[in-house]
Amino acid sequence: MSKLTLTTEGDTHIIVTRHFDAPPQAVYRAHTEPAIIQKWMLGPDGWTMPVCINEAKPGGKIRFEWTNGKGGGFHLTGEYLELEPYSRIVHVERMFLPDPTPDNHVETRFDADGTGTLMTMRMTLPDAQTRAAMLSTGMERGMEASYARLEKTI
Amino acid sequence: MQVLDASFAALADPTRRAILARLALGEATVTELAEPFEMTQPAISQHLKVLQDAGLIICRIDGTRRPRRLARAGIEAMDQWLAVLRKALDKNYNRLDDVLAAMKPETPRNRKKEKGETR
Repeated sequence: MSKLTLTTEGDTHIIVTRHFDAPPQAVYRAHTEPAIIQKWMLGPDGWTMPVCINEAKPGGKIRFEWTNGKGGGFHLTGEYLELEPYSRIVHVERMFLPDPTPDNHVETRFDADGTGTLMTMRMTLPDAQTRAAMLSTGMERGMEASYARLEKTI
Repeated sequence: MQVLDASFAALADPTRRAILARLALGEATVTELAEPFEMTQPAISQHLKVLQDAGLIICRIDGTRRPRRLARAGIEAMDQWLAVLRKALDKNYNRLDDVLAAMKPETPRNRKKEKGETR
């Protein structure tokens, strides 16, 4: 049973929510400390993140590089705008596939939820067209494995 | 199952998913659909034919215009695609659950587990 929700809002937003059985401080650290990020933000099985630059301060740079170890790979860059430990992060990011996608403005909140954390990620794309492209292609990289699995189950 | 197969084959292509996502916002002509993709109109028309044959979109005749819109199956296909996205994203977060469980709490663990919930 998935605890994740992914919905669209208005013409340009994508909202993702997810509950974690850990306090906001831990979930925030897992989103800001490179050594922890590299353990989970990996997409399909078999992918790794050999480069993880994550300067968690306003104006700080983000650079994630993924590889499947078979010559396949792509990267993402971004900048931090605001950080409120351990409750809120605002950053912009773009993926290089290999051309850069339009900037995705992301606000991530970590709210205490019982003994755990409710994470709410609110993405804002420049326009409806970009959001449509993002939902159909930009987010696809992490999804090929699941897609293949779903295809098999139908 | 024939239709379902065709609908899935139609969805396997990112350009076709993007076309469906665009049509989810409302009716559009080939010219309007071709614009964001840096593709020729014939190439887009070919994708539209696949989508139409799969029953995902409907073509309306309006004078010389041929606006396309989502069929019910197309709307369902997009819902299905969002479910795929959800599942894929959750893969990362399921991994994060394990990472969080292994992280040393900064303060001694003395909280009581309220929910007897397991996945």
